[in-house]
Amino acid sequence: MTILTPESEADLAAIVASADTPFHVQGGGTRPIGGPTNGTPLSTAGLSGIELYEPGSLTLVVRAGTPVAEVEAALAAENQRLAFEPMDHRGLLGTKGEPTIGGVIGANVSGPRRIQAGAARDFLLGVRFVDGSGQVIRNGGRVMKNVTGYDLVKLLAGSYGTLGILTEVALKVLPDTVTTATLSILGLDDVSAVAALSRALGSPFEVTGAVHLPQAQGAARTLIRIEGSEASVAYRAAELQKLLAGFGEVLFDHDTAANRALWQDLRDVTVFHDRPGDVWRLSVKPSDAPGIVASVPGAEALYDWGGGLIWLLVPQGTAPAVIRQPVDDAGGHATLIRGNRNAGVFHPLPAPVAALQDGLRLKFDPNGLFNPGLMGQTA
Amino acid sequence: MEMPRPNPDIIARKAELVSRMLEVLPADAVISDPSETRAYECDALTAYKCPPLAAILPSSTQQVSDALRICHAMGVPVVPRGSGTSLAGGALPTADSVILGVARLNDVLDTDYDNRFIKVQTGRTNLSVTGAVEEHGFFYAPDPSSQLACAIAGNIAMNSGGAHCLKYGVTTNNLMGVTMVLMDGTIMELGGAHLDAPGYDLLGLICGSEGQLGVVTEATLRILHKPEGARPVLMGFDSNEVAGQCVSDIIKAGVLPVAIEFMDRPCIRACEAFAKAGYPDCEALLIVEVEGSDAEIDEQLETIMAIARTHNPVELRQSTSAEESARIWLGRKSAFGAMGQINDYMCLDGTIPVSQLPFVLKRIGEMSKEFGLDVANVFHAGDGNMHPLILFDANKPGDLELCEAFGAEILKLCVEVGGCLTGEHGVGIEKRDLMVDQYAPQDLEMQMAVKDVFDPKWLLNPAKVFPLQSSESHRIAAE
Repeated sequence: MTILTPESEADLAAIVASADTPFHVQGGGTRPIGGPTNGTPLSTAGLSGIELYEPGSLTLVVRAGTPVAEVEAALAAENQRLAFEPMDHRGLLGTKGEPTIGGVIGANVSGPRRIQAGAARDFLLGVRFVDGSGQVIRNGGRVMKNVTGYDLVKLLAGSYGTLGILTEVALKVLPDTVTTATLSILGLDDVSAVAALSRALGSPFEVTGAVHLPQAQGAARTLIRIEGSEASVAYRAAELQKLLAGFGEVLFDHDTAANRALWQDLRDVTVFHDRPGDVWRLSVKPSDAPGIVASVPGAEALYDWGGGLIWLLVPQGTAPAVIRQPVDDAGGHATLIRGNRNAGVFHPLPAPVAALQDGLRLKFDPNGLFNPGLMGQTA
Repeated sequence: MEMPRPNPDIIARKAELVSRMLEVLPADAVISDPSETRAYECDALTAYKCPPLAAILPSSTQQVSDALRICHAMGVPVVPRGSGTSLAGGALPTADSVILGVARLNDVLDTDYDNRFIKVQTGRTNLSVTGAVEEHGFFYAPDPSSQLACAIAGNIAMNSGGAHCLKYGVTTNNLMGVTMVLMDGTIMELGGAHLDAPGYDLLGLICGSEGQLGVVTEATLRILHKPEGARPVLMGFDSNEVAGQCVSDIIKAGVLPVAIEFMDRPCIRACEAFAKAGYPDCEALLIVEVEGSDAEIDEQLETIMAIARTHNPVELRQSTSAEESARIWLGRKSAFGAMGQINDYMCLDGTIPVSQLPFVLKRIGEMSKEFGLDVANVFHAGDGNMHPLILFDANKPGDLELCEAFGAEILKLCVEVGGCLTGEHGVGIEKRDLMVDQYAPQDLEMQMAVKDVFDPKWLLNPAKVFPLQSSESHRIAAE
């Protein structure tokens, strides 16, 4: 099927304004998350390019269809980065194509550093988008502190293109760091591992990654990332080694290149690439995580965010209730990332919350043009 | 300041309203005597006052729900109120409205150091949240200047910031979950002890919605371990331009200070006279603070001071003791008090791109001459959030209006250079009519459409945020 790829915001607005059938809104099409949608494919990939980049203000304004790789290269040239560390879903989902910054925002994609720096939505300063009537709407701006009117910026982040089609996003960026080091403890069971990660995250030593790979992926490894200047990293590593000594031997590796590669693999959940089965993403209170994992038969887990984020590999076709029930009991939510997308991808919402969500969707997209079936109660 | 005409039918039904409130609230939680409702006639924007019809002080989420349900049924507007420290008039009542104060909702419900959160009722003050966790070495990061008095409810309504948000973010970045009551009495939970709530980011949407979408009664807040130490350095410069360039160079160098505060000459002089902080007499002063262990602080300050030296500072001084650090901050933190000693003042809150600092300061200086009113500038330079303080004489006829006109011009300038009307104080009534300078009609319509969903009858704090002319059709449609 032809993919509509408007070259300008005005063209996009005109297409939407004159439409009477729905669209399947996408960036690079590398993150097919959420229920399937039958509309005409419409990509923002034609809306590409950096509009403004002021390293001294930590500000980047970029068109939504700009490849993530292009954004990251521009930032790297100034020793800056997207601190929320968006994952690349291609390996996990077996997709091809070029991930776009609009797609990152649309799915609120954040990596291991989310635990310390914040999520994609926390770095989003402003948006321009086309609503379901074909109007161009602006919200937020390009400055870091802005409480002028309602924060539709956050609302658009993670709305999977169901409220509007992003055309431009303004982002806060942060300095990159010189040294990336990893502390690791081997052989911990899941409960001890989450306890160790909690201890590290509750210290003043600015841990920027806290992952546990259980025994199923070889020897169990509990991994803690620290970043900064060489001297600062060495100091904090030594302090954390003392703090965590009760959990076992704490190994220290400060090979920055190797550690960057390691954390990229963790970010992209490489351990589950090319493995059969469904993949779920669970957001829970960290101390609840090991119990939830243990309650799902045949599950393998990767714990990120100190246990707060669980990547779960389960046998193909595992009923959603098997995963959602323990999550509901503890508090949290579970999203099906890879598997049968007709099975209900997003976590069901309590009735009053779902009513607000449906009401908002009707205001932003009154004719149901954007990704019908993708979010909401049934998908 | 124009407010909607109070509805005489509602005022006529005051006795009925009070008696119905007494059915769901204890007698001492319903305030209806005009001598007592006057205590709620304004917030910290004291230029505008109007006693409410009644004030209620519920002490549970259920009481909030019961009271809202009654107001909803009777069509009575409700103005939620934290501690009443809003500088923007966010809690200003109308004569036909009920003030819903959260002051009695002040319990700590849960502290969890392993999972790094605290759950509180939202009438609790900002500083007492940190107070509840500091013996374990933790703190709650957002630190608005009014933190001794301001309530978490108000922090959420206004998405409050503070001096340290360059590193730690503002309220929305530290809020994990809420219990919220809609105007029709519906109680709901959003988020919790986990990150990134499912579905649309309603938590992000209600944060900063100025009490117009719901009443937040409980909040789960992220807590962090305190840094090992912090130390400021003082830098004085010959001109605002050079100081602005220095800020930009520090950020570009890859150091991320926890705070970069900027003061101009009028502000430096007033603060020095007031607090004797040892500030140099110069055009522009920066206070740059970094955190970490002693050695980490030394390393960061070395980089920062090397950058400062390339801009020929007239003063460059690291704090050498905790006392000196405290004195340096005392000067900055007493800026508002110091200006208050000189005259009445109005505090603005626009944000600009950091790169526009020198230009904006120059233009403010020129406008100060045009309007014939003095202005002092103090602001969070790292994130471009400015707080120009315009001095005026409240007893001099016409001076307040002149001051407001000057303030409006400064805020329009902030928008023109790519910034916004308010960085952390909120719109309230103060900046309501300037919203059309920042947003196009369709942008405002989309925001008001959100209120239509949460509060279809437009009863919650209805006269705020949006110009009355813009919101009129929504308010009328809701009647």
